[in-house]
Amino acid sequence: MSFCSILFLGEDTPRAEASEDPAFFEDLNLDQVADALLAGRETYNLRPFFRMPLQDVDSVAYRHEVFRDLEQGPVFEAIATFSESMRIIRDALDAIAKLYYPHERERWIVDASSRYCEAVTTLSNELNRLPLASRGLLALRGFLTDYQGSSGFRGLVADIDQIREKLAAITYAVLIDGNRLTVRDLEGEGDLVAAIHETFARFRYGAPKSYLLKFSNRLGMNGIEAKVLEFVARLHPDVFSELDRFAEQHSEFIHPLVRQFNREVQFYLAYIEYARIFEAAGLPMCYPDVRTDDKAVHADDAFDVALARRLVEADEDVVCNSFELRGSERVFVVSGPNQGGKTTFARTFGQMHYLAALGCQVAGRAATAHLFDAIFTHFERQEDPLALRGKLEDDVIRIHDILEQATSNSIIILNEIFASSTARDASVLGHRVLDRILDLDALCVCVTFIDELSTLSEKTVSMVSLVNPANLDVRTYKLVRRPADGLAYAVSLAEKYSLTYGQLRTRLSGGRE
Amino acid sequence: MKTFLLYRDQDVDWEQPLPANANDLVADLGLAALFQAMAAGDKIITPIATKVILWSLADVNGILYRQAVLRDCLAQRDIVRDIYKLAGEAIENESRNFWGIRTRQAGSILRRARDVLLMFFEILRKLRGIADQHGSVFESEGFSRFFAMLRDELDDAYLNEVYRQLRAVEFRGGMLMTARLGQGNHGSDYVLRDFDRPPQNWFTRLFAPREPGFTFELHPRDESGARALSELGDRGVNLVADALAQSADHILAFFHALRDELAFYVGCISLHERLSAKEEPLCFPVPQAVDARIYRVCGLYDPSLALSLPQRVVGNEAYATGKMMIIITGANQGGKSTFLRSVGTAQLMMACGMFVPADTFNASLCNGLFTHYKREEDAEMESGKFDEELRRMNALAGHLAPGTLLLLNESFAATNDREGSEIARQIVEALVDSGVRVAFVTHLYEFAHRVWTERPGEALFLRADRREDGQRTFRLREGEPLPTSYGEDIYRRVFGAELARSSLRPNT
Repeated sequence: MSFCSILFLGEDTPRAEASEDPAFFEDLNLDQVADALLAGRETYNLRPFFRMPLQDVDSVAYRHEVFRDLEQGPVFEAIATFSESMRIIRDALDAIAKLYYPHERERWIVDASSRYCEAVTTLSNELNRLPLASRGLLALRGFLTDYQGSSGFRGLVADIDQIREKLAAITYAVLIDGNRLTVRDLEGEGDLVAAIHETFARFRYGAPKSYLLKFSNRLGMNGIEAKVLEFVARLHPDVFSELDRFAEQHSEFIHPLVRQFNREVQFYLAYIEYARIFEAAGLPMCYPDVRTDDKAVHADDAFDVALARRLVEADEDVVCNSFELRGSERVFVVSGPNQGGKTTFARTFGQMHYLAALGCQVAGRAATAHLFDAIFTHFERQEDPLALRGKLEDDVIRIHDILEQATSNSIIILNEIFASSTARDASVLGHRVLDRILDLDALCVCVTFIDELSTLSEKTVSMVSLVNPANLDVRTYKLVRRPADGLAYAVSLAEKYSLTYGQLRTRLSGGRE
Repeated sequence: MKTFLLYRDQDVDWEQPLPANANDLVADLGLAALFQAMAAGDKIITPIATKVILWSLADVNGILYRQAVLRDCLAQRDIVRDIYKLAGEAIENESRNFWGIRTRQAGSILRRARDVLLMFFEILRKLRGIADQHGSVFESEGFSRFFAMLRDELDDAYLNEVYRQLRAVEFRGGMLMTARLGQGNHGSDYVLRDFDRPPQNWFTRLFAPREPGFTFELHPRDESGARALSELGDRGVNLVADALAQSADHILAFFHALRDELAFYVGCISLHERLSAKEEPLCFPVPQAVDARIYRVCGLYDPSLALSLPQRVVGNEAYATGKMMIIITGANQGGKSTFLRSVGTAQLMMACGMFVPADTFNASLCNGLFTHYKREEDAEMESGKFDEELRRMNALAGHLAPGTLLLLNESFAATNDREGSEIARQIVEALVDSGVRVAFVTHLYEFAHRVWTERPGEALFLRADRREDGQRTFRLREGEPLPTSYGEDIYRRVFGAELARSSLRPNT
């Protein structure tokens, strides 16, 4: 297999890159995930990759393979080292382009191209040494080996060695006397500093403090530095004309495919670093089983990665939830007390599918995900006081739009629909919408306060958020598969105030049975 | 160039910590008065004396080395004080030579380093003068080595080379450095060259052979060019500035070592003068190995007490060779605590190489001195106080080891005599059987009596005397513990007889 792209299987022309996040990113907090994931790598412009979910199982497998290779520390280190070198080279080339004095600029090109050759060689050697299994990295290994053997690359390396050796052999003397500057060869004058150290060595006491000032080795020269360099060039004309030739021949030394690989592989590095945050906090991540042929979906101990990241930073506990859709089940109807983790559950479900379609790990010990064609979300919004339509009307129109576009391969996530209407209206509208979705056979999470939606059909699964019976002020953020009878919360509350049947009987009997 | 006046072959690490119980020792033994007398108004001496005294030496040879140096100091006190003053002057002058207006510029670092070095060498030359003139009257190994070092290391040839180099760094004939082509062909690996030629002017240039290489002369009004040229020069200047500033620091460290080590001896001279003026006896002790368990002292007194009283103080004798315990009982305000303090203070003074407050003093060293005193300031309930005492004892026990010496002053008394005695017996016997020596001032009669009957050969028993009329002599004598400690006397004096009678305990 010849090497085309480390991200996309068998695509040698890059895909069109979307410039905006899709609408559902904000609802599912995927914008936060992308921000956190890509932070520090802005210069690679990776966000377009984050906006390209894959739709076939083999493309996802291609990324899983690369991820698994990269999860071996040495492979990750080799690639990270390479990309750090490439970053330095790119920064250097940007800066070098602006330099005024040619003998300085040319030398920087020598140094940058040398660094490039080292980076390519090191990466190639490392990849040859390490056990690889992914189609992507194996193809890259083949490409790098061929590239290193090419006459272009070998010629570059030879030229670098030759010019560097000649430049390194030059030692020149500078004499400053008032306004006069002389550059000449050394004529045997001794090292004064060494002599001073020797003279005072008898007083040496402990480790000395350094009084050496930092002289920045900045880019660019002032007139005097340039003058010195000019004189050095005149003392050594052959070496410097060779330097001119080098810069002319090797100004574009980076191979386009190397450049593209370096950008694309950042996506993997970014995600691995991101996933480590969770692993370090003891939160499981896994490669999901992705499917297009059926809609069985499940996750063991999944969590909302955006929320979890904030909690981990604040050193707070993260609650994991498990869920499953079997056979003909398609819809989670989520009910229960407020702030019990219902919205988080909806996001967890959506994130899991989206990240799975990016070919990445998802939250949880194990997961099965459906490769969707589109995700639609409807989360309650702040009412816009200037809008002409009322909130309910707005809700209905938005849901209509969703149902127009959605297919049986879509994922629909509805959060507190029709919350701004009467209970009766909400119930009627809710039934209608859910009926349409069930007809469509799409996967759906529907967060609602309308209990009866959960028993609409054998395709719906009821998930209920729990409270801690011992302390009702503590949210468990735990959701379980159970009928939405609206009792769990009430019973807990009654227990706290000793008002359950049994408690009341006992109390009313004066402690006697 | 090492001073080596406190240790035969090592510098003093002034940063090494004081023993964990340093504060307790200073408070319990009343050492502040001693330090103050040593300082005699000199702020440098107190912290130095504190450290040297509390960092006890554990080897007899090290102590004898210091005793010899101290004998020289006492005999040549004016010369020693002169040297101490010169070292202080060098340090003082250095600190007064500020870093200009905080500019971190190579040129100002160089100028300052050069000035400081010139000043240091003036003083070093004076020190060599003292060595030449007076070195031969010093007899100790420490001072003989010190003066010989000054004569050898600071000979005329050496001083001439120093002055030549300090002149070369003025670059009167120009500054020559070499460099190589580093990153971006910028100069790197700058090396300053020894280029000692006379100053040049148009006349000398006219007749000199043409200089090799390429020369460029700045236009006199090219200010940015001049700035760039001096920046380039700074790279060379900085190298030499670094070398000189480091050298100045090393020499400064030498003066610090000299001043600090002498500060201890100068403090000893002052203390000696204070106590001698009162005609209190002082002697150089005979330090003995820890295991020898020798303790033969005569005329031992507490120097802090002596410094605070106009009249002479009472000395005591104690012959406790081979014994693990000194148990001191007897009359209140009969000099028991004073004696215990004098035991501890003399032990510390011996172990740091000082003279001791006694007529004669022949004693084993210890591996560490510890105190466990009743803490008066605890205004807690009795049980809380007893608890506190045992907690402190528990912490102390972590430091005790064979060969250490523990001074107990009315410990374990914050309960009744029976309980206190039992605890004291268990603790003291455990310590003694583990090789810890104990000096114990106690009113715990049952405890003291039991040791008297059950372990008679292992303890020296001293008792505070009371004359028939109730007057204290402050002199301790060997004697069996008695079942009363005359607290009643004091009580009566303070409260009057009536009150005292009504509060007598049934068992006394």
